[in-house]
Amino acid sequence: MADSEVTDQSGPKDGIERAKNEGKELTKEEKQRLRKEKKQQKKGKEKKDDKAPKESQKEKPPAAAAQPSTQPSTQPSTQAPSQKVCSAVPAPAVAAAAAETTAAKEKPTKSKAELKAERRARQEADRASKQGKKGDGAQAAPAKSKAAPSELQPVVKRLPEHIQVDNPDVLKKLAKKLERQQTPENIADKKIPLRSDYGYKVSLFSHLHQYSRKAPLTQQLSIPSSVIHPAIVRLGLQYSQGIVAGSNARSVALLHAFKQVIRDYTTPPNEELSRDLVNKLKPYISFLNQCRPLSASMGNAIKYIKKEISNIPNQCKDKEAKNKLLNCIDCYINEKIVLAAKAIAKYAIEKISDGDVILVYGCSSLVNNILCEAFEKNRKFRVIVVDSRPRLEGREALRRLVQRGIRCTYVLISAVSYILPEVSKVFLGAHALLANGYVMSRVGTSQIALVAKAFNVPVLVCCETYKFCERVQTDSFVSNELDDPDDLIVTRKGKTQLENWQDVELLGLLNLVYDVTPPDFVDLVITDLGMIPCTSVPVVLRVKNVDM
Amino acid sequence: MTEQELVDYFKAQMLKDPDMASAVAAIRTLLEFLKRDQGETILGLRESLTAATDCLTGVDSSVAVSSGGELFLRFISLTSLEHQDLSRCKKVMEERGELFLEKISMSRAKVAKLCHTFIKDGAKILTHSYSRVVLRVLEKAAAEKKRFTVYVTESQPDAAGLQMAEELRKLDVPVTVVLDAAVGYVLEKVDLVIVGAEGVVESGGIINKIGTYQMALCSKAHNKPFYVVAESFKFVRLYPLNQQDVPDKFKYKADTLKSVQNLSEEHPRIDYTPPSLITLLFTDLGVLTPSAVSDELIKLYL
Repeated sequence: MADSEVTDQSGPKDGIERAKNEGKELTKEEKQRLRKEKKQQKKGKEKKDDKAPKESQKEKPPAAAAQPSTQPSTQPSTQAPSQKVCSAVPAPAVAAAAAETTAAKEKPTKSKAELKAERRARQEADRASKQGKKGDGAQAAPAKSKAAPSELQPVVKRLPEHIQVDNPDVLKKLAKKLERQQTPENIADKKIPLRSDYGYKVSLFSHLHQYSRKAPLTQQLSIPSSVIHPAIVRLGLQYSQGIVAGSNARSVALLHAFKQVIRDYTTPPNEELSRDLVNKLKPYISFLNQCRPLSASMGNAIKYIKKEISNIPNQCKDKEAKNKLLNCIDCYINEKIVLAAKAIAKYAIEKISDGDVILVYGCSSLVNNILCEAFEKNRKFRVIVVDSRPRLEGREALRRLVQRGIRCTYVLISAVSYILPEVSKVFLGAHALLANGYVMSRVGTSQIALVAKAFNVPVLVCCETYKFCERVQTDSFVSNELDDPDDLIVTRKGKTQLENWQDVELLGLLNLVYDVTPPDFVDLVITDLGMIPCTSVPVVLRVKNVDM
Repeated sequence: MTEQELVDYFKAQMLKDPDMASAVAAIRTLLEFLKRDQGETILGLRESLTAATDCLTGVDSSVAVSSGGELFLRFISLTSLEHQDLSRCKKVMEERGELFLEKISMSRAKVAKLCHTFIKDGAKILTHSYSRVVLRVLEKAAAEKKRFTVYVTESQPDAAGLQMAEELRKLDVPVTVVLDAAVGYVLEKVDLVIVGAEGVVESGGIINKIGTYQMALCSKAHNKPFYVVAESFKFVRLYPLNQQDVPDKFKYKADTLKSVQNLSEEHPRIDYTPPSLITLLFTDLGVLTPSAVSDELIKLYL
């Protein structure tokens, strides 16, 4: 019976069996899929309360599985849809599963151990039956799996879905997932809207989202009965309109909004704070992601909060737990951002000598802080601020520095090779530092680093350790952010040249936000742990993970 | 132990064994200082050790003395000092100090063992100035019955290269002394370049006798491998961005620093070679690429 159902299943099951046969270790994703398929088989036969304990177990693997830091919540939920091949019952989302877990708690019929034993027995039976089968078979590979030749690739890697926008199946799954992230009462209009892309996307970047600032996500939300906390709605709007911009500012705003959410939170009856609060945060994070893709620093902050929440002991009372969490968040902001900035300024000031001409690009809160501190310590230097369209963030940096009394020069990025012979050092901020030593920062940074290298001018990158990210990227195409293309339209002398760019078929406007700089162009990275070469980022990540 | 006693002891150690690195002599002195110290608290002890290290850098301003001193202090305090009795704590620290000294006296032999295999039979080697570690390496290679010739730069202003040539002749190694200016000329004939280091900095670059940077640039242009041999106590927590960024206290001799007013008239004694020009570093911690030096430093110092 079990076998015949298994043979009806599609290819991924074959892939897993082959992996087992070839003695390769199953990845966590494979194991999750296996468990879900087992569950599916039983769905037709067994009762509902049998399903519940298994789902509570399924909740744990998604929480525990290693997630890319920028997509904390999407992966496990999106794996669930790929399994719904034959079943008619929609896969219960983790939120909905909570309700079933409650039911299970009230009337357990079979103990967990017995169910586990049953499942293990069935797995053994399947394995034995599949022993001889080396079927290559019609591998109806799920839309997201990469390599077609499954003989070579039994372990299937998944692409994060935020860089698969050109794949319609992925978009459908995202829409479904957002639908499901709703309150346990399953009311249809309380869902998180899906933001639609705007305008023609340049083909090289068609796998990324491109939103219009004139159509914020909040217009599609129903008031007042929205499932999203108002502080989060406000934050999302601030992100999408660019009111809160800059890596540190966004993370701090996020943490403050989460503090507000925690203050207003009450644990529903028969629920545990440690699990329910995490589930409550998931739709918020999806919403914020829709407003503006999460940054690496925000991803790390969210990971930290989720870890803290799930570490709350069960017997802790609501008020205590909430106070503890609020303290944790304050501590995090203080340590990782405020104190880190002080430590970095201390190290950086050693590198600024009298008579220096320092070049900065755009507006980095950290670099501005360093320059102001150095000026207060009576170092004699002058600053050249380089700026670029369309954001023109350099003007903000210029304003802050001039207010302090620092002598500044302002140029646009096209003049950087003209002005570099005068420069003695280049200070750059970073959005994230990737695990292979590449620096992800505002678009234009890698250009400045390249020209500085050609002129033999030392390039110093300043970055706190909480922005270190375990991702690896060697080019700016794979994962990036596309801003509103209408920003590139400018009106000069009463004429707006690109006004009707959408009407021109072959014209595409590209407004990139980030780029990556290779470590050969960076001479020194100043972090709160000290001064390290760019290639030592993985060592720091290792040390940090040991600490955490 | 007063400052004068400290300096005298240090100088005596240097005279006793001229083959010993100045950093090792400094560490011996610090150990003696520790044994004779009359301090009442651990913190006081640490402070007086730091002061002693500064005093020794006043005598011999090489990078290795200050890095060796700092590492010594780190090593002896890297143990649990939770004993009630101060004298017991001091005993533990003294034992650790002896252990450290033993380890670093073996370091040259370890480096030689690692490096001599890179010298092939019939190789032509270029080296700079007088380095005892390079001498050890070449000794080991000669003992392994390898045939090689050596070109040594004269290395002004102290003509230390001539001393190196003398020592090599004693080993029956064919050696030629070349002018510092002839490095570019001679590089097409050599197969590899081996130099010592006074200090290894965090970026993986080295601080060595003036002229090393030029040699490294030329060997990069000729695509010849540039090897550095250094013991691990020479790893220092500096991160120079360019030549100007190296602190003045290392660039000039200690007595010059004290006596001369205008340092811009003086010639610097050392220069900084960036990691991009170095192929490999041979240390007692193993054979490292320049980017691995930072990892090792993080392990040593943090």
